[in-house]
Amino acid sequence: MFNWFSQIVAVTHFSMRSLPQRAGSSVTAMLGITGVVAVMVGVLSIAQGVLRTMESSVGDNNAIVLRSGSDTEMMSGLAGEDTRIIAEAPGIARDETGVLASPELFVIINLPMLTTGTDANVPLRGVQTQAMSVRSSFRLVEGRMFEWGLNEVIVGTGAQGQFAGLGLGASIEVGQEKWLVVGVFEAGGGLAESEIWVDAAVLQPAFRRGNSYQAVYVKLESSDAFDEFKEALTSDPRLNVKPMREAEYYASQSTVVYNMITGLGTLIAVIMGMGAVFGALNTMYTAVSSRNREIATLRALGFRAGPIVISVVSESLLLAFAGGLIGAGLAWLAFDGFLTSTLNWASFSAITFAFDVNAKLLAQGIMFAMLIGLVGGLFPAIRAARQPVAQALREL
Amino acid sequence: MKYFFLISSGLKRKKIRTGLTILSIMVAFILFGYLTAIRQAFDAGVEVAGVDRLIVRHKVSLIQLLPQNYESKIERVDGVDNAIHSTWFGGIYKEPRNFFAQIPIVPEELFDMYPEYIISDEHKAAWLETRSGVLVGRGLMDRFDWKLGDRIPINATIWGKKDGGRTWEFDLVAIYEGAEKGTDTSQFFIRYDFFDETRANGGGLVGWYTVRVSDPDKAAEVAAAIDAEFANSAHETKAEAEGAFIQGFANQIGNIYFIIMSIMSAVFFTILLVAGNTMAYTVRERTNELAVLKAIGFTDRGVLGLVLGESLVLTIIGGTLGLGLAWFLVSMGDPTQGSFPVFYLPVRDVFIGLGLIIAMAFVAGIIPALQAQKLQIADALRR
Repeated sequence: MFNWFSQIVAVTHFSMRSLPQRAGSSVTAMLGITGVVAVMVGVLSIAQGVLRTMESSVGDNNAIVLRSGSDTEMMSGLAGEDTRIIAEAPGIARDETGVLASPELFVIINLPMLTTGTDANVPLRGVQTQAMSVRSSFRLVEGRMFEWGLNEVIVGTGAQGQFAGLGLGASIEVGQEKWLVVGVFEAGGGLAESEIWVDAAVLQPAFRRGNSYQAVYVKLESSDAFDEFKEALTSDPRLNVKPMREAEYYASQSTVVYNMITGLGTLIAVIMGMGAVFGALNTMYTAVSSRNREIATLRALGFRAGPIVISVVSESLLLAFAGGLIGAGLAWLAFDGFLTSTLNWASFSAITFAFDVNAKLLAQGIMFAMLIGLVGGLFPAIRAARQPVAQALREL
Repeated sequence: MKYFFLISSGLKRKKIRTGLTILSIMVAFILFGYLTAIRQAFDAGVEVAGVDRLIVRHKVSLIQLLPQNYESKIERVDGVDNAIHSTWFGGIYKEPRNFFAQIPIVPEELFDMYPEYIISDEHKAAWLETRSGVLVGRGLMDRFDWKLGDRIPINATIWGKKDGGRTWEFDLVAIYEGAEKGTDTSQFFIRYDFFDETRANGGGLVGWYTVRVSDPDKAAEVAAAIDAEFANSAHETKAEAEGAFIQGFANQIGNIYFIIMSIMSAVFFTILLVAGNTMAYTVRERTNELAVLKAIGFTDRGVLGLVLGESLVLTIIGGTLGLGLAWFLVSMGDPTQGSFPVFYLPVRDVFIGLGLIIAMAFVAGIIPALQAQKLQIADALRR
């Protein structure tokens, strides 16, 4: 047993030290894996970024009320009267400003994208005073809050980074009017950062909406209060609404985009992975065949097949690990935090998000690389160990 | 021909290595084919957009409606041939993920504005006769397995009915095919008169106008003239070429072209590295044999040709297998199940793929081939 173990150590040690002789092909194999891992992590980080934006900072006790039958804010419509009835439902939290229920209007406005200059559908939200308190992660980072009743807006950090003309002090044209950008806000990385906010009372006449809203965002007393809240609203004969937990709402919104990106990303990763396996196999076979005589000599000296297989596989794993690490590192350097935007099919508006190369993804990338290394090294290793010694010694 | 024998026996020398190299190249081209199809799906709308068509929408926001009486005003603008209106119905068929575009439109105007929608005279008449009739694209029919004569219920989230209900029922009486491969056949056209008389509110308001200009070269001027006509009115407009409008949407989805090209470049570079390395190694291994060939009379050029020839055979086999498999995979259908209006591999890109195969063969094989060419017989025989 000890003998076997010391054989493994000896052979592996030996092959590692002779690695510089095979620098060319080793580096090639490694680079191949680097490329695959970098691309795979890069593509999947897009999906992670979208997911993060959609799900972030939504507490368990946040809920949204839409008109029954609507799936998105855009499609929903609630009369001003209805929003007052909803605000009286049980289970809603209160603070010194009053009931934490915020009726909101959701429309889109066209602004040019900074990257291409072509128009994008930017979400514009009409809010009332409670909107900020309902969202616990809301924070003004620059400028000031807009004055109620005036043609002033605040923009999210994501929106400012993607669309033109949203700098502090700039004005956006809405029909005949000009609305001044007076502040920039953050919302814990969530969807709100892709939006522009304005007083609902200013938005309604601009878009000819009368006294109507589209959704009511509430902060409940506790997560358990949701059932009571929902029961009260759905059994009220005056209302025809659909209360949902906010987390559920976002999950349903993001499904299409997330599935599309993950589906495509995984497909590409699998195909590339196969290519990487073939490439790794090729390089390892070549590496092993260049050491045929060496390996045959070792076996002639008395080393068993097992340690030889293990040394070849560990060499392959080492290269794969190094390649995976570099690839993951490159992906992290190049992609993490890269701000971009895409189209949210559900609300037909743009959502800004950052590529998110998180620990889970990096680990997945390296695991994937090791898998490629394992498969790539195993078969050549077994082949090398099985060749008849005399024949191998004669080979050029 | 004698070279062919030498090339093939050279490749058969290390079968596993040859096989694996072919497989890696094959994978690179499967990816090339598939990614090209995806890129085409995003670009298709722009390519088939009518060069003589403009889209006129509300300047402030896409979701704002325009008055129906703008139609005659737009038609009076110089350079305008015909203007028709369309609206976004935005309903749900069974569940939200069965998303497709439903558009109320005036039938005769559709026939005039979109010659790329091919409809039989029989179906045209059927649609004109049935108020609740709809014109459906072939792609959409196939997606849900609808038959002519089916009653399709749509749950309207935006447009309530005058009688208070939200479920609209339509009769499938007409089908349209696309004139080109890239034409979108996933749309559902409703009769505007039926829509206008049934909707509870928004009467007399439409979504956007599609305008045909008599001279495509003057499209930009006509667009500016249309916008000038409605400037400072209650509903200001923004007119742009149809292609630009669709491109704007594609741009919102993200700079897909850039991402795809980056992936392709990364993949190709990597595969090239592996193939080139394999080729170089092969030559180093066979220095002795190549020297013998030279000794018996093969010219330097001949040996160069031999190595390049091996490289070419490898990449041709791998590349054509890859393109073929990509074609097969793409024909299995849209991977996103419905998000793409069209999904196919354009023939033009297949030719680009073939060109790339030759280029790859050359780039991977040229250095080892030059090394082989320069071998000095006496030195090499001694190795």
